[in-house]
Amino acid sequence: MNAQEIISSIEEKHLKTDLPTIYVGDTIKVGVRISEGGKERVQPYEGTVIAMRRSGINKTVTVRRIFQGIGVERVFLLHSPKVASIKVLRRGKARRAKLYYLRDRVGKATRLKQRFDRSL
Amino acid sequence: MLVSIGILGTKLGMTQIFDDEGRSVPVTVVQAGPCTVTQIKTEQTDGYSSVQIGYGAVAEKALTKPELGHLRKAEASPLRHLREYRLPDVSTYELGQAVTVDVFEPGQLVDVVGRSIGRGFAGYQKRHNFRRGPMSHGSKNHRLPGSTGAGTTPGRIYPGKRMAGQMGDTRVTIRKLKVVQVDAERNLLLVKGSVPGKPGAFLDIRPTKVWN
Repeated sequence: MNAQEIISSIEEKHLKTDLPTIYVGDTIKVGVRISEGGKERVQPYEGTVIAMRRSGINKTVTVRRIFQGIGVERVFLLHSPKVASIKVLRRGKARRAKLYYLRDRVGKATRLKQRFDRSL
Repeated sequence: MLVSIGILGTKLGMTQIFDDEGRSVPVTVVQAGPCTVTQIKTEQTDGYSSVQIGYGAVAEKALTKPELGHLRKAEASPLRHLREYRLPDVSTYELGQAVTVDVFEPGQLVDVVGRSIGRGFAGYQKRHNFRRGPMSHGSKNHRLPGSTGAGTTPGRIYPGKRMAGQMGDTRVTIRKLKVVQVDAERNLLLVKGSVPGKPGAFLDIRPTKVWN
């Protein structure tokens, strides 16, 4: 076994197999595990995927939403146990890999066209 | 002196895994051992006590006759690397004994010794993080060092003045790295954090040195 195979076999145990296919522009709902005072609960977070970075066990998505009039962006490490669940709610049409231009837009201009050729 | 023996190995690369609480931990994967005890030095024979271990199978023709003769005493196969660990008590070790990653346990702190990545003859900016001069507007001072000291008095450059020169490819010890996982079956050690050198680099992993 070469070095890369050994490393992937170590990563394998920590990889999730049930992740949905996520594209930039999608609206997703992430269940985030939060522990407060010894108790653990799952908090939902919903928003648009504006960027995806890295691959394999390091893969992250940046999810943007407008919360109480203020833009919030959270980066999720997809394979982390703290990400309890991920559900794709809507497939969006995006013509670039990073939708950072959405940060400069407000209101109706932040909408993305829905696309129907990709299943949820 | 060390509390127990260390082990020799090869850096395989880095990745990240998740701990019980779901936090991601950056780890370096090291293939360590199995090593062979090639010599035991004692107070009576050598004036100090230590255990020498060897690692890295190699063709017989790659070693000299004196090296092969030394290894034959321990009935060991030809080995590339030999390192010794000074221990207060060596009575539990015997010649030819195998040393595996079992000497470490998860959670233990280790020191990792290796050779840093060589960067050749590096200039002031790369080697010592000097600021560079303006690149344009008629400036001819792009990557020069500036002043290296006063003039006639003292009339020399003080020792230790930071200048261009060989960077990297030196012996480096990274201290107090935590062992995350020990895989005895595949002779693997997962150490938290980075270690010197590139993948394939030779490493010496030993219990953390403590001064009392």
